[in-house]
Amino acid sequence: MRVNLDIVQEAGASGYQVAYAVLNSNVFDDQKASIRAVTKTIPKNTWVDHLKRIQTDRDQQAFAELFGYFAPRVKAFLMKSGAAPGLAEDCTQEVMATLWHKAHLFDPSRASVSTWIFTIARNKNIDALRKQRRPEPEELTWGPEAEPEASDILVMQQESQQLSQAMKALPCQQRELIEKAYFGDLSHGQIAAETGLPLGTIKSRLRLALSKLRQTMK
Amino acid sequence: MNTMNKITHHLSDQLLIGYSAGTLPEAFNLVVATHLSMCDECRAAAQSYDSVGGALLHAQPTEDLDAAALAKTMALIAKGPKVAPPATAGSDLPDPLSAYIGGGLSDIKWRPIGLGVRQSVLRTSHAATARLLYIPAGAAVPDHGHRGTELTLVLKGAFSDETARFAAGDVEVAGEDLHHKPVAEIGHDCICLAATDAPLRFSAWVPRVAQSILRL
Repeated sequence: MRVNLDIVQEAGASGYQVAYAVLNSNVFDDQKASIRAVTKTIPKNTWVDHLKRIQTDRDQQAFAELFGYFAPRVKAFLMKSGAAPGLAEDCTQEVMATLWHKAHLFDPSRASVSTWIFTIARNKNIDALRKQRRPEPEELTWGPEAEPEASDILVMQQESQQLSQAMKALPCQQRELIEKAYFGDLSHGQIAAETGLPLGTIKSRLRLALSKLRQTMK
Repeated sequence: MNTMNKITHHLSDQLLIGYSAGTLPEAFNLVVATHLSMCDECRAAAQSYDSVGGALLHAQPTEDLDAAALAKTMALIAKGPKVAPPATAGSDLPDPLSAYIGGGLSDIKWRPIGLGVRQSVLRTSHAATARLLYIPAGAAVPDHGHRGTELTLVLKGAFSDETARFAAGDVEVAGEDLHHKPVAEIGHDCICLAATDAPLRFSAWVPRVAQSILRL
């Protein structure tokens, strides 16, 4: 099933609304219906459209808006992970420059924009702060289909937003544990020592937090 | 690279979270990346944990940037992208591991460590050690315990220890409580990628002497 994705943007005070798949005329009607049922709309503020504008038009305005939202968050993440403010500033600029250069590699059916930027910032952190190489898994060969399916894009973007909402809804303690595991630069052993909780508890708490996340996303 | 047999021993959630968060030592990251290259299930789980990182990034309170940050970034962009080193293609091992060996199985520089077992230490940061192990069919790695964590990923053949059987793609996560003696299965030599974040503890004195010489 081949579909083209057309992101239709409606100007709105809070961001970018309605986006939907425009299907090729050779797609059967029942397939159209099933895609409509799955996709509905890309949620607001996913930044997918901004990245698409950078990908296709090298759009500096889109980049500036993306920068305004993400760069201060990337800097906060790097500082939480132990970078001094000056280093965090430099690294943030490098992360955002990498985003521009690698924009063509972003695949909205495989990650949200914030997840993709998180992975770039994390790798920068490992490289600049921890002075390590970062081995990455082998690239999967996706076969001849180069263009991602529109329905996959919409599902991925919706799920990412649901995950964000689910994380906001978590009890404070669980949220803090997850934050520590991600941004605290602590091993699980260290988390256990710091909080006075035995390792098993941490593990089951993290599991609990994540299974709760999964349930909320269903 | 997908192995033909079904993988039954996977990475723990703790390791997958550590890999997503970027808090593991390099040697562990290498084992994780190599396993993810062989195991779709763990690859999918790792992507979910990356999404948790993305959601946390969204929820971050912001830090003020230099007033000229955007202009400086545009200047960085104007310099052009950093050129990435070419990927090692067409190796008989997963890409992340090939990059550390500088080729495939035939390029590994083995050193004997006794009883027919050979090893090759890979260069990583000092927080943990990564090594390839060659265990001839039917041979054993000396009986040992762990101070920290030991990850053992099977690349070829299979081994068994007191806990289970591990075949290609399987990874054994051994903690401080495990004292074991891995034995390669009869019929095929076994090649593993192993990582430890503390020296192993051997039960017999001969391996202990060898350990001090051979960086086991």
